[in-house]
Amino acid sequence: MSLLMDDGARTPGSPALTGPFTLATLSQNMALLKNRPTGGDLDISGLTALDTAGAWALLSYQTTQKAKGRALVFVNTTAAQDLLLQTVAEAMPTQRVRRRRPPHHHAGDSLGYLGQTVTVFAAGMAQSIGFFGLVVSRLAATLRRPSRLRVTSMVHHMQQTGLDAVPIVALMGVLIGVVLAYQGASQLKQFGAEVFVVDLIAISILRELGILLTAIIVAGRSASAFTAAIGSMKMREEIDAMRVLGLDPIELLVLPRVLALLITLPLLGFIASIAGILGGGIMVWIELGISPEMFRVQLLANTSVSHALIGLSKAPVFAVIIAIVGCYQGMQVEGNTESLGSRTSRSVVVAIFLVIVVDAVFSIFFAVWGV
Amino acid sequence: MNADTVISVRNLTNRFGKTTVHEALDLDVRRGEVLGVVGASGSGKSVLLRSIVGLQHPTAGQITVLGTIVSGDRKTVDRNDGDTGTTAVRDRWGVMFQDGALFSSLTLRENVEAPMREKLAIDATTRVALANLRIAMVGLPAHSGDLYPSELSGGMRKRAGLARALAMEPEILFLDEPTAGLDPISATEFDNLLVALQKSLGLTVFLVTHDLDTLHATCDRIAVLSGKKVLAIGTMAELGKVDDPWVHSYFNGPRAHAAQPALAAP
Repeated sequence: MSLLMDDGARTPGSPALTGPFTLATLSQNMALLKNRPTGGDLDISGLTALDTAGAWALLSYQTTQKAKGRALVFVNTTAAQDLLLQTVAEAMPTQRVRRRRPPHHHAGDSLGYLGQTVTVFAAGMAQSIGFFGLVVSRLAATLRRPSRLRVTSMVHHMQQTGLDAVPIVALMGVLIGVVLAYQGASQLKQFGAEVFVVDLIAISILRELGILLTAIIVAGRSASAFTAAIGSMKMREEIDAMRVLGLDPIELLVLPRVLALLITLPLLGFIASIAGILGGGIMVWIELGISPEMFRVQLLANTSVSHALIGLSKAPVFAVIIAIVGCYQGMQVEGNTESLGSRTSRSVVVAIFLVIVVDAVFSIFFAVWGV
Repeated sequence: MNADTVISVRNLTNRFGKTTVHEALDLDVRRGEVLGVVGASGSGKSVLLRSIVGLQHPTAGQITVLGTIVSGDRKTVDRNDGDTGTTAVRDRWGVMFQDGALFSSLTLRENVEAPMREKLAIDATTRVALANLRIAMVGLPAHSGDLYPSELSGGMRKRAGLARALAMEPEILFLDEPTAGLDPISATEFDNLLVALQKSLGLTVFLVTHDLDTLHATCDRIAVLSGKKVLAIGTMAELGKVDDPWVHSYFNGPRAHAAQPALAAP
């Protein structure tokens, strides 16, 4: 037995390793090893259990001892322990593996980050315009052969983006009408011009708010749904499968969604506007005592139908923006789950932002045009 | 329950709507063995694995792992009560999913570190060193620890999944199709790795596979799932003699002969 033959090299009184040397007891045993004075033989017969973490600790200790010029031998090992030590020794890295650390930040970094963000943003805009062009060209091809249009899919999306959104959009419309009536009444009362609340409600809702807020709600509901649906198909390689089967994902996935929203968003905007006027009408009846009949007369006398037409004319543009942004962001999803989340949130932010920008452009356009 | 039985499945029934996957299934896994589970597609191999590790609540039956009832009647199941019960037994097994199921927001090393970080109070240096050791043990190059799962190939993801399953020094290892989709050289390496780890660590391995080479190279016993039950269980040679058309064609077909030349001779 090597224990007896090598007795002189061992240090008497050094604490022997006993009990389990496993992941759970790693720290205590490593501390014991550290306090052990010298090299020589290490009797590990007292160990009741040894796992890879324990074997790693023993072998690391052996390496550090060897570096100090003291050879260390494990004695009284069982066959299983030998095998384990050997397996772990083969896997032990020969040189230290360094963790890749992020480089230190310098003063110019944030400027560089700004520049990077701008270029990425610009490239993204250019790409999405290219995507828009692709969808338009596919739309033209489909219009030439209408039988290729996926009617079932389009109707399905009309239900999801349109019919299912009616309750929330109508409720929003009523509440906006109530808010406008209440705020308008409290201000106009001071001038004795209460009756003009009707004009305030009707014009602002028909021309601006009804359609803009509907577009914002639909952007939150449907742009995110489009991105998540197309994005998870992209992640599961379904889009690639379509391409190799000779199916066009734009035609199958994007066109039905764009066309569905193109039809439903004007309808939703109309519903929201009517709900808003109803809500406003009820509120002025309660708050100012303007009866429904008076409301109707005032509405018809002072509010031209052109306000409603101007409002609704913006809806198809908003619809295309929302659908294109949602589908484009979905197509940009990569192989990991995080990109799905970030693309979905970006799709909502970009869609709402673009809707508001385009609405502002419309306002300037109509003001210059004088309607 | 016998002291040498680490997993005991009794009377297991799994139903999904009107489809019955398992009906009164019994299975015992002995300590230190590699048990291969085979069966036709849809025979419920993965459902059995998911039932044992608690991802699938069975319709009926009792499952005992390492002396803890992990699934069964509400009264008998050991609930999560601190150091005992199912939480404690969960730390004593490792599961490797088919495609690795790595956390995509973490690097490979962070994936392996994750269970240690959550469950153990060890310092970061030791944890990183242990994670590197696991990565090296499953045969992945050292620099791959800094890569994200989306940057790894399918075979590397499988190895990484094994490294994470080994992170907590499990006593039982559940593997779901570990060699599916690997090239033959990598698959053989994986088999050798599994045998080396199993022998040196004394692991009990529950292995769902279709790979006859893996079955031949690694398994002590093989259980055949068919007709909602364990149809037969035994060594590969024993199963070659079972009088059932499916089992017979599985273990005596041309692929089986290629995997096991000794049996091919009449």
